[in-house]
Amino acid sequence: MLRYLLSRLISSAALLLGVLFLVFMLLHLTGDPVSLMVSRYASPEDIEALREELGFNRPLLVQFGDFLSGAFQGDFGSSFRYRQPAMDLVLQRIPATIELASVALLMAILMGVTIGILGGSNPNTILDSIARGIGLLGQTIPTFWLGLILIIIFSLRLGWFPSFGRETFTFLGLTLPDQSIVLPAFALSLFTTGQLARFTRSAVMEVMNEDYVTTARSKGLKKKRIYFKYILKNSAIPLISIIGVQFSYLLSGSIYIETIFSWPGLGSLLAEAVGTRDFFLVQATAFFTSLVVIGLHLLTDLVYVLVDPRIRYR
Amino acid sequence: MKPLLSVRNLSTRFDTFDGSVYAVNDVSFDLKAGETLAVVGESGSGKSVTMLSLLGLLPRSTWVTGSAIFAPEGFELDLLSVSKAELNSLRGNKISIIFQDALRSLNPVMTVGEQITESLITHHQYNKNGAHKRAVELLEMVGIAQPDKRYYAYPHMFSGGMRQRAMIAIAISCTPDILIADEPTTALDVTIQAQIVELTRRLQQDLGIAVIWITHDLGVVAGLADRVMVMYGGTGVEIAPVDLLYENPGHPYTAGLLGAIPSIAGSSADRLVSIEGAPPDLFQEPRHCQFAWRCRYVFDRCWKEKPPGYIISPGQVVKCFYDGREKTPRVEE
Repeated sequence: MLRYLLSRLISSAALLLGVLFLVFMLLHLTGDPVSLMVSRYASPEDIEALREELGFNRPLLVQFGDFLSGAFQGDFGSSFRYRQPAMDLVLQRIPATIELASVALLMAILMGVTIGILGGSNPNTILDSIARGIGLLGQTIPTFWLGLILIIIFSLRLGWFPSFGRETFTFLGLTLPDQSIVLPAFALSLFTTGQLARFTRSAVMEVMNEDYVTTARSKGLKKKRIYFKYILKNSAIPLISIIGVQFSYLLSGSIYIETIFSWPGLGSLLAEAVGTRDFFLVQATAFFTSLVVIGLHLLTDLVYVLVDPRIRYR
Repeated sequence: MKPLLSVRNLSTRFDTFDGSVYAVNDVSFDLKAGETLAVVGESGSGKSVTMLSLLGLLPRSTWVTGSAIFAPEGFELDLLSVSKAELNSLRGNKISIIFQDALRSLNPVMTVGEQITESLITHHQYNKNGAHKRAVELLEMVGIAQPDKRYYAYPHMFSGGMRQRAMIAIAISCTPDILIADEPTTALDVTIQAQIVELTRRLQQDLGIAVIWITHDLGVVAGLADRVMVMYGGTGVEIAPVDLLYENPGHPYTAGLLGAIPSIAGSSADRLVSIEGAPPDLFQEPRHCQFAWRCRYVFDRCWKEKPPGYIISPGQVVKCFYDGREKTPRVEE
């Protein structure tokens, strides 16, 4: 187990390095940022001087090495725009994204798994068709369009929820979002809901045909017990990896949703940083996002050991 | 004495997208308390479906007709017409079943021990501790070493033979009247097969359980069964006491099956006989003898009606219009 963990950590670090390299190179393919930072009337000499000052005239690999050694010490450079350390900006945005991702995931699990179970345990019925329909819709409705529609209906028409921003209140010393999170979280969750509904449905259908379910019935067990101990417990196993992957996707922040709802999270920060070609800020965001994704994937694999006794890592 | 189980005219039909499948057609047999009935036939002959029909374990789009009077001491009821709840209270309690593939038949995410306790808790109102103790005893009874430790093992940690032993422990946990063994040794290698057969026989004698042993291996049957039912094309073509069946098979299909057993005593010049042709198409509703296509004694009547059961010697019932002893078509009395 320890050896497995160690090798996974090493490969994760290599993966992270690769992602950072890719992000760095792609950013620099778009040209250097200095031309955007100076006024239109700056002379070529001024631009060159600024380039010299910020180090953008050095070979790319040297710049990448510089960035890495900084990153190792927690220094990801400063945002050009905010004139603040890039990582500080990222860290400020994290709570909002975690809130949004967690609420969205919770909604998706509640809706998706329930719909999937209902459909999967009543195959080829109206209930099943509805479940399949929702699964398909969830995965095909464009989130930005859905976000706009939700705003029109629930904020503008009905006035139930605010159309943008994040409001919080304090409860037992915790800062929690108020109803302002409902619309963005719902819009964000729908894709995951669809995916979970589809996977849960097929997992349940598959498990219901397993021989051990027949055994359970041949033992004369109560329906409830067969359902929970045999069907659902076994169906849950393949869902873990999907939930893990989906959570990492939600946590990396949704650019569309956060932008539409002006939710001050990582997604809107990234959108802004890319728009203003704020190189260091993009890199810091990318670093954090990849860290979360890679970390959650590792965690997902470890959770399997707890749920499925057949899986042991060596 | 009244038979423990009396099945009459059992037919099972599946409705599929491609049409109806006539899986079991007009099967009748009796099972006496404590005896072993072997059910023999090739794949698709309806052996398993017959048993699953009795237990109500088939999927929803299935039609089962006929009757199956189950009459243990104290009560009597028809398995095919009782309520679902009543049937459920019999399953795993009065009638148990073990399957061919023990690995797939055990819940992979539940300990073997807990799976044994389930029936006890459901049917016999055991509490958790009592059920645990009883499960360890049962594991020991079926010959699993270190039962108190193995209680906590998961199915994948067991060998094939041990898993089948665990299945047997589950099946006998409530001391049923009938144990249905659906090819429990087919997936095991020969030495383990012999052990499982031996174990079943021992438990049967100790606990007085009647066993229905489904198999396609006539070698197993000889050493195990009191009586044999041979199935072909969804119907029981012959039922006979085991020695009578081997000495004097009444149905051409039975004779064909027996001719296909290799014998260690036979000379190498003796070729094994195979039955020409393929099993019948179960999508057709049977209107004549299902074996007619492959039968070497076939004559025109075989294509016109379904043969009824003829009693040709005490306890031997054959569904065939041809009289093998007289070498002529049977004459109705």
